[in-house]
Amino acid sequence: MATWLRRILILALIALAIVAPLGQGNYIIYVMTSWLIFSIAAMGLNLTLGYAGQISLAQASFMAIGAYTTALLTLSGWHWLAAMPLGVLACFVVGFGLGYPALRVKGHFLAFITLAFNTLVFLVLRNEEWLTGGTYGLVGIPRPDLGLFSTMRSLPFYYFTLTVTIVAALAMWGIVRSPWGRAFKALRENPIRAESLGVDTRRITLLAFAIGSMYGGLAGALIASLVQFIEPGSFGLAHSLRILLMVAVGGAGYFFGPFVGAGVVILLPEILRFAEGYYLIIYAVLVIVMLIFVPSGMIGIWGRIRDRFFVRPVARADLQQGAQLK
Amino acid sequence: MSQFLQILLSGLATGSIYALVAIGFALVWQAAQTINFAQGEFVMLPAFLVLVGLNYFDLPLWGALLFGLGMSILILGAAFKKLVVEPILPHGGITLVIATIALGILIRESVKEFYSAEGQPYPSVLPSDPINIFGAVVSLQDILNLVLSLGIVVLLTLFLNRTRTGRCMQATAQNPAVAEILGVDVKRMVLYTFLINAALAALASFLITPVYLAKFSNGETLGLIAFIAAIVGGFNQIRGALVGGLLIGVLDNLVATYITAEYRAALPLILLILIILVRPQGILGTPEGRAV
Amino acid sequence: MYSKFVLAVSAALLTLVGAAQAQEAVEIGVVVELSGAGAPAGTNWRDGIRIAVEEINAEGGILGKPVKVTEYDTQTDPQISRALVQKAIDGRAYAIWGTIYSGSTLVNMLVAQQNSVPQFVGSEAPTIVEKGNPFVFRTSSGAQKGVPALVPYFKDTLKAKKVGVAWVNNEFGRGGRNVFIAEMKKAGIEVVADVPSEQAQTDYASDVSKLKQSGADAVFVYMNQEESARFLIEAKKQDLSMPLVGEVTLTEAKVIELAGPAAEGAIAHVGITATADQVEGIAAFREKFVKTFKRVPTHDAIKGYIGAWTTKYVTELVGKFDGEAFSEKMHGLCLPATKYPRILLDTCWDNRGEMSRPSFMVQVRNGSPVVIGTVPAN
Repeated sequence: MATWLRRILILALIALAIVAPLGQGNYIIYVMTSWLIFSIAAMGLNLTLGYAGQISLAQASFMAIGAYTTALLTLSGWHWLAAMPLGVLACFVVGFGLGYPALRVKGHFLAFITLAFNTLVFLVLRNEEWLTGGTYGLVGIPRPDLGLFSTMRSLPFYYFTLTVTIVAALAMWGIVRSPWGRAFKALRENPIRAESLGVDTRRITLLAFAIGSMYGGLAGALIASLVQFIEPGSFGLAHSLRILLMVAVGGAGYFFGPFVGAGVVILLPEILRFAEGYYLIIYAVLVIVMLIFVPSGMIGIWGRIRDRFFVRPVARADLQQGAQLK
Repeated sequence: MSQFLQILLSGLATGSIYALVAIGFALVWQAAQTINFAQGEFVMLPAFLVLVGLNYFDLPLWGALLFGLGMSILILGAAFKKLVVEPILPHGGITLVIATIALGILIRESVKEFYSAEGQPYPSVLPSDPINIFGAVVSLQDILNLVLSLGIVVLLTLFLNRTRTGRCMQATAQNPAVAEILGVDVKRMVLYTFLINAALAALASFLITPVYLAKFSNGETLGLIAFIAAIVGGFNQIRGALVGGLLIGVLDNLVATYITAEYRAALPLILLILIILVRPQGILGTPEGRAV
Repeated sequence: MYSKFVLAVSAALLTLVGAAQAQEAVEIGVVVELSGAGAPAGTNWRDGIRIAVEEINAEGGILGKPVKVTEYDTQTDPQISRALVQKAIDGRAYAIWGTIYSGSTLVNMLVAQQNSVPQFVGSEAPTIVEKGNPFVFRTSSGAQKGVPALVPYFKDTLKAKKVGVAWVNNEFGRGGRNVFIAEMKKAGIEVVADVPSEQAQTDYASDVSKLKQSGADAVFVYMNQEESARFLIEAKKQDLSMPLVGEVTLTEAKVIELAGPAAEGAIAHVGITATADQVEGIAAFREKFVKTFKRVPTHDAIKGYIGAWTTKYVTELVGKFDGEAFSEKMHGLCLPATKYPRILLDTCWDNRGEMSRPSFMVQVRNGSPVVIGTVPAN
């Protein structure tokens, strides 16, 4: 797709995101806000899974770290804009410390360690009542007040979240386009080749994971303000798996995959309302069927449709094959 | 003293259950180099198949058990392999891992919607009379669970090492390409592994459900702990799964009794992290032959 | 393609028809745990409400308008429950019935409060009525009322000097445990074992052995259904000889079904139970419920039923559909069962939304719960 066309499309989507909630009920705005927040969390995991090819099962616990840090600080009088970076930084540090031993060895060890970590975080949040409020959680988390622009009502908070999302997405765009990002991709496509070309695979993977965790923390900082209540149960393993499925469903390794994936996971219960309790069953079947036929996710489906209907002039296919060197 | 003995014996009994499930992880790992995140659900489902046999088809207990076993091998063995693993494996291990997560949700929610959201009583195959050993009480069921899982490990190891089919299966697990060249029917061997896994899951299900009660959500915790047991013991060894399972069963009870009940669930996790730091191949595991 | 089109058109038509009906009817949002860990409780709550709504509509609805219920599944997730309460209120719900899990109620009751919508909840955590929320009302006494009602039983009937407490470490269990420990202190009874367990825990060997070693005269067991059953089974195996006393859950039909003979002798204080069929209203409800759903109603079913009927009674006392006026009327209100039969037992709400009514002591004998005494309202 031509660059200008892509730019217009992105601007149109942003315009749509600005206009869509106008005149909607609080519930719709709430759902749209949580869609944005989970998109951020999924964007981070996409860096780890889609670009660096490692499974992390702890994205929800990074959300917890971001959420609890922000909540505790804002409850003690800090401004959200000051509290959030601390939460995000904490995620980076923890992610680095967690990834370091796991990525020493080849294999799915990051998946194992993050799996354990997620449950450990849950236990600490539940048991250390003096700090985290235990099972009752923390209530009454203030929303950021930006001078003239108070986000107490749902529509301003949506626009606030949208702004944060766009900034986060731009930052991600920068990361993916940077030499680092190219190294991530090289790593995913062919680790051996990447290594032989001088890419320090371990360091790059570790960075991808730590940065991905920061996005989890940012999402957590936002969700604490959105719900104005946090408790350990909202950050369990099941939620990490849910975010992982968002990335896979949207299309791992595609920039817009997380947005699509989070949208599907959050909106599907609405669309399948007629199915009542069966919607999770339908969802699971859809995911499996999709992974069989289009493992690259929803974005991949779009790619297939595009290839089918908009035949593009292809430079000689044999040359292309040669250029790929696979 | 009698309390310590009680904790030790109960821990071994619970651990033997974890071990049975963990063996399944190890088997699937060897056959498809993937982690089956639905393994806990694989152990939850057969019990409900038995209940269907009992309550809907009015089968006698032995008939229902056979029905449950047969259906499990069909669904969790053959169908799982044909419909999920085979088409997805070429797309990569990670894609398959994600598919098993979705499969876990599918099984869990289906049982909940089509059978019941509430826990169900489940008939015991083995007698549950209490036996007093120096002041510690265990049930006959506990002891038989332990004996059976030991027996299964021995039989399975013998099968894999001593029979032709078993050796072919091992060759397939270690290097499918070379095995193929040597004339092993790789596809068939992989299928066997999945069938055995399904049968083991069904067996584990029949043994533990009288204690755990049949509930759709049982697989979540069980799958997680068995998974950790498999890694701790050594992912590529059947014996490793047994050691990991027993170790976690005993340590869990010891920690809960003598150290902290609030953090008892943390113990397996800390053990897991320690193992990955110190000995990533697990207690009994051998380093993987493959480079990537 | 054609069938999809038909589906879309019929869905659109249904929505239209629904909208047309909605102008006449009173919208109520049932926001409750229909999936996830809370599904067993939530399903009963919903089914109790289904029976109540059928009865209410058969008697001409509320103030002559039929009741139209929309069911929302929170998936036992507090965040989703909050969104759904918002959704129900966006859909012009006059009242909210649910949720049951305290963790969810604590979050979503803020939304109902902001919109002045009365909410009947099945939660029993003490904190719920301590937040100064005038729109939240219980359908059963909170743990800080239920557990103290047990104290005379420990002190006078069992004459216990030392007790143990086994509880499930979630917001439900911790709430009950905290109240119990405080009450025991007041009564001068020593707590010699304090044993938390995990939700969905399966191995209770260590819990039971600790209680056995503690030398307690009686044990207070405060867990959810399956956990209670597994605990009872292990207690029987290890031959735990002291009386096991619970609050509500321990003698529920489901626990007895799951624990089998191990439940024999277990004692519990229950706010309201389908077992108390000497009460006419309860017997009638039970019969109807069993006929419709082929199972015995749990206390959650009765709670949902009472919440629904209270909404009708109180709205008709107020004489109009007004959340503020409803809330004002509810505070300090007593509904005698003689005049309001579907309330089942004489029931009062205080100025915080806490409820009180007579309750029962129940013991499992020969495989079924038997009422062994009544406890006056406190």
